[in-house]
Amino acid sequence: MELAAVIFYLVAALTVGSAAMVAFSRNIIYSAFSLLGAFAGVAGIYVFLGADFVAAVQLLIYVGGILVLILFAVMLTHRITDVKITNRAAGKIPALAIVGVLIGLLVQTIRQTPWAKAKEVLYTPTSAKIGDLFLESYLLPFELASLVLLAALIGAVVLARKEIRE
Amino acid sequence: MAIGLNHYLILGAIVFSLGLYTVLTRRNAISVLMGVELILNSANINYVAFAHFSSGSVDGQVYAIFVIMLAAAEAAVGLAIVLAIFQLFRTIDVGAVETLKE
Repeated sequence: MELAAVIFYLVAALTVGSAAMVAFSRNIIYSAFSLLGAFAGVAGIYVFLGADFVAAVQLLIYVGGILVLILFAVMLTHRITDVKITNRAAGKIPALAIVGVLIGLLVQTIRQTPWAKAKEVLYTPTSAKIGDLFLESYLLPFELASLVLLAALIGAVVLARKEIRE
Repeated sequence: MAIGLNHYLILGAIVFSLGLYTVLTRRNAISVLMGVELILNSANINYVAFAHFSSGSVDGQVYAIFVIMLAAAEAAVGLAIVLAIFQLFRTIDVGAVETLKE
């Protein structure tokens, strides 16, 4: 097996292992920290796919932003001094059955479908192309995205603040 | 055997299934949000993999960036709602919160 394949399997194992930890851990703090491994692993997968800019965005936003937000929420909603920071789960057996059937179907579909192939697989810098697309073909979604972010910002502030009653 | 499109798609399917399992079984609202993040990540893996192997253009990567942006907005609002629910009910068990008002 060549080196690239070995590294791919290592990164994939990190991703799947961390995601499994998120799904099965009994302690919510462990779940939250395992999410770090899952996000970092997915960033590694992006690097493998030649998507350097997306990998950087993944690290900045997911690891730097969303993960910190989730950890904050965990810390604020659990009394950490209680040792019992459990992460209760319900209905494990039906859920396992559903997920098992689903993954079987997905893998079978992936294996049977004759996917279209690109003429050549390129590894080129992508930032410039992505910037061009954002300001040409995807200008409207790009501007809408800024509106959505503004709305989310104001909404989050309004929802999370404590109301001061006179 | 070289790493091809199928490897990435199967990885995405596995991460998606783990995320779905998290959403289905957890009773803690924050854990449910973590599952949603895993599902969004798996979708992004598929987008970028198809962009790399199938179309050869960077359009898929642009979609992936939009998905990441929406995930950030969703996490901010979702966690703010979780905090508001916690202040009102002193619990974030999704089974215990059944009413919209105290």
